[in-house]
Amino acid sequence: MKAPLIVVGLVLALGPFALTSQSLVNFAMLTVVSAFLGQCWNIAGGFGGLTSFGHTIFFGTGAYTAAILQTRWGLNPWLALPAALVTGSLVGAAIGAAAFRAGLRGSYFALVTLAFAEVFRVLSNSLDFTRGGLGINIPLGMGAGNFQFADRRSTYAVALAFLVLATAAAAWLKRARFGARLAALRENEDAAAALGVNLVRTKTIALALSGGLTALGGVLYAQTYLYVDPAISFGVERSVEMLLVAMIGGAGTVWGPILGAIVLHIIADVSRSWIDTPGFAPMLYGVVLLVIIGLLPRGIIGIWERWRA
Amino acid sequence: MAEIYAAALINGLLIGGVYALVALGLTLIYGVLHIVNFAHGSLLMVAMFAAWLMAEKAGVHPYAALPVVALAMFALGWLLYRYVIGRVSRGEDRAILLATLGVAVVLDNVFLTLFGGDTRQIESDLTFAVIEAGPLLLSVPKVIAFAVSLLLAGALWAFMALTDTGRAIRAVAKEPEGARLMGIRPERIFALAYGIGIGCLGAAGCLLLPSFFVSPHVGNVFVLVAFTIVVLGGMGSFPGAVVGGLLIGVTESLGGLWLGESLGPIGISLVFIAVLLFRPTGLFGAAR
Amino acid sequence: MLEVSGLSKRFGGLQAVRDVALKVPPGSITALIGPNGAGKTTTFAMIAGFIRPDSGRVVLDGHDIAGRRPDQIAEAGMVRTFQITQPFAGLTVLENIRLGAFLRSADTSAATAAARAVGLRLGLGPFLDRPAAALTVAGRKRLEVARALATAPRMLLLDEVMAGLNPTEIQEIVAMIRAIRDGGVTVLLIEHIMQAVAALADDVYVLAEGALIAHGPPRAIAHDDRVIEAYLGRGAAAKLGAHA
Repeated sequence: MKAPLIVVGLVLALGPFALTSQSLVNFAMLTVVSAFLGQCWNIAGGFGGLTSFGHTIFFGTGAYTAAILQTRWGLNPWLALPAALVTGSLVGAAIGAAAFRAGLRGSYFALVTLAFAEVFRVLSNSLDFTRGGLGINIPLGMGAGNFQFADRRSTYAVALAFLVLATAAAAWLKRARFGARLAALRENEDAAAALGVNLVRTKTIALALSGGLTALGGVLYAQTYLYVDPAISFGVERSVEMLLVAMIGGAGTVWGPILGAIVLHIIADVSRSWIDTPGFAPMLYGVVLLVIIGLLPRGIIGIWERWRA
Repeated sequence: MAEIYAAALINGLLIGGVYALVALGLTLIYGVLHIVNFAHGSLLMVAMFAAWLMAEKAGVHPYAALPVVALAMFALGWLLYRYVIGRVSRGEDRAILLATLGVAVVLDNVFLTLFGGDTRQIESDLTFAVIEAGPLLLSVPKVIAFAVSLLLAGALWAFMALTDTGRAIRAVAKEPEGARLMGIRPERIFALAYGIGIGCLGAAGCLLLPSFFVSPHVGNVFVLVAFTIVVLGGMGSFPGAVVGGLLIGVTESLGGLWLGESLGPIGISLVFIAVLLFRPTGLFGAAR
Repeated sequence: MLEVSGLSKRFGGLQAVRDVALKVPPGSITALIGPNGAGKTTTFAMIAGFIRPDSGRVVLDGHDIAGRRPDQIAEAGMVRTFQITQPFAGLTVLENIRLGAFLRSADTSAATAAARAVGLRLGLGPFLDRPAAALTVAGRKRLEVARALATAPRMLLLDEVMAGLNPTEIQEIVAMIRAIRDGGVTVLLIEHIMQAVAALADDVYVLAEGALIAHGPPRAIAHDDRVIEAYLGRGAAAKLGAHA
């Protein structure tokens, strides 16, 4: 039963390396990046039910970490990966500690993350340290040693590695004690606390883990497009996309975000051939989200679960 | 110097009046349905577009269009709750939140698809008209928006306090099950309250347009402002929404003055975060 | 084992619990009973760390745990159940119980084995892989106890586990609680109904209007005039006495 799935997965994952069409490789790369970011959101929002509306905070933190390390301190961009892991986790831990200590959950948590994202956007838009609204250009210097790839397949490889990492984290959550605690507090906080779960600590760690991983995506963005600005980094659209990918595929499942990203990117590509305006594909995402919430609260992966049961 | 502050203060109060009307709709929806209506900013955008279309295509001034747009927005809100949000969410908190987010995403992008991302304004004799009040120059459309907003807020309050429908809404807000026993059907009241909350946006859209711009993204500007007001005033509190609206209008205006154009908007987000973290019941909310 | 003294809580103008003191000896089954609104649930919530007491001491094995968080108290070996059952609805019965077992073991297979054993012991065997939401009321009550028991507690706080059950189910759960005590776990339970605890408890405390009004073995409590009046109203004891 599982073997054919693994084969299909491997073909899909490794296929792009054999492709020469730049547009197909680009499609594969964007899909994998979306799946990775959705998986990062899923770690907090799916497994822990911490519905964040501001997850781009961590993406932007990673992007600025990469840009500032290079342009201000002249460090090698590969160092941005561990650095972003640290800055992303710290930001996650700080926001988590503040919000969860204050007892914010559900809609209130969603709103406070949205507000934090706005604070980050305004700050990065006005501080000299981040070069304000001008954004930061990363000087061109193609080469693997400089974490800049002329061939999109290399970028794809890095994105795929990130996706494997985040999915491994999700799979670990599925079977380890920490994940069980996270799922328990998602279902019922009082009962989880009564059985010995430290709510604030568990949720804060989940947000830090999710934040650290998300920041890696920001580094990859900065190294791919060589430009970072406040709207790209902290705009609400990316937060919403991360949430959509996870919710549509199946929040709280290991494979849901990957499925969600594939579906969304197919919708985007197909719809672009019908009506090519900037709002049309996102509009369809919204419709799909409403349909999923109404009919398949476990996401698209719920179809598979139902069929198997 | 004092005049600059006075001008900023007055301007903040004036815009705060419209904010209050926007927040009133949001707090009504929260108070009755106990849902966080994330689509609020996007629905205000729709109202502003409706007012803009009436002005551009039919030549109707937004003030004249106000009753029509408010009614149309009421109908849109009622339909949205009845056939989308209420259906899709099955009463689960997270599903409701995501359903209103889904509605916001759809609305924003429908308008982006139809009208593109440009910002639009209307040309009107009133747009740049001012009244001299001592040393201060007051923008006429803002004064009108302020006065009409507060008038409408008062009318809404009277409606809730004095009419049978208003009493039924308040009964459902307090005790949905008790209201059901008295023969009130909560689902109807929910759709009605959602419609009224969105109707407020119809009026607010018409009042804002002569002094503001509209674009498909304008909802993002307002959604955080509206939530800040409602949280500051206390979720579900009418006087809280009005006082909160005025306070946030002034905060925004003085924030712009002290912190400058780019850093100024941070004031509202910081107020929002601080209230949520340190006083989640707001100024007028009952203790949890 | 557990010693509570001077426990008080006020909500606004209402004194919900006033100066409650009770002792639960190790290896005993102790009951806290009282009419509706007597403050039983508030007392319980304070002992288990869900509500912070205004004043008073909650001493577990010589340590004052008043004001600590529920998870710290669970860690210390005292776990509560809920009157209105609180299952992790989206998880299976086994996963529910396993969360309790995870308190003592970080290893997933060890915790799973421990959870399975507890589930089988409490008669949940056939349901282990079903969603917790699919259980009947009696099944959910068992699940509450099973989860708590899986944390390997030394002391169990049972909040009206018999409420809403039929007589056969009550007999089963009484036997289950005895077996738990015989397994070395001290039990403090709250119940609304006197009869339910008469057969089970070694010692009974009676709470009315936020204060303790009686304490003693079940037999004596059942004939205590103050208790009868608290349940049936002023003058009830005299009337019952006249008929007897």
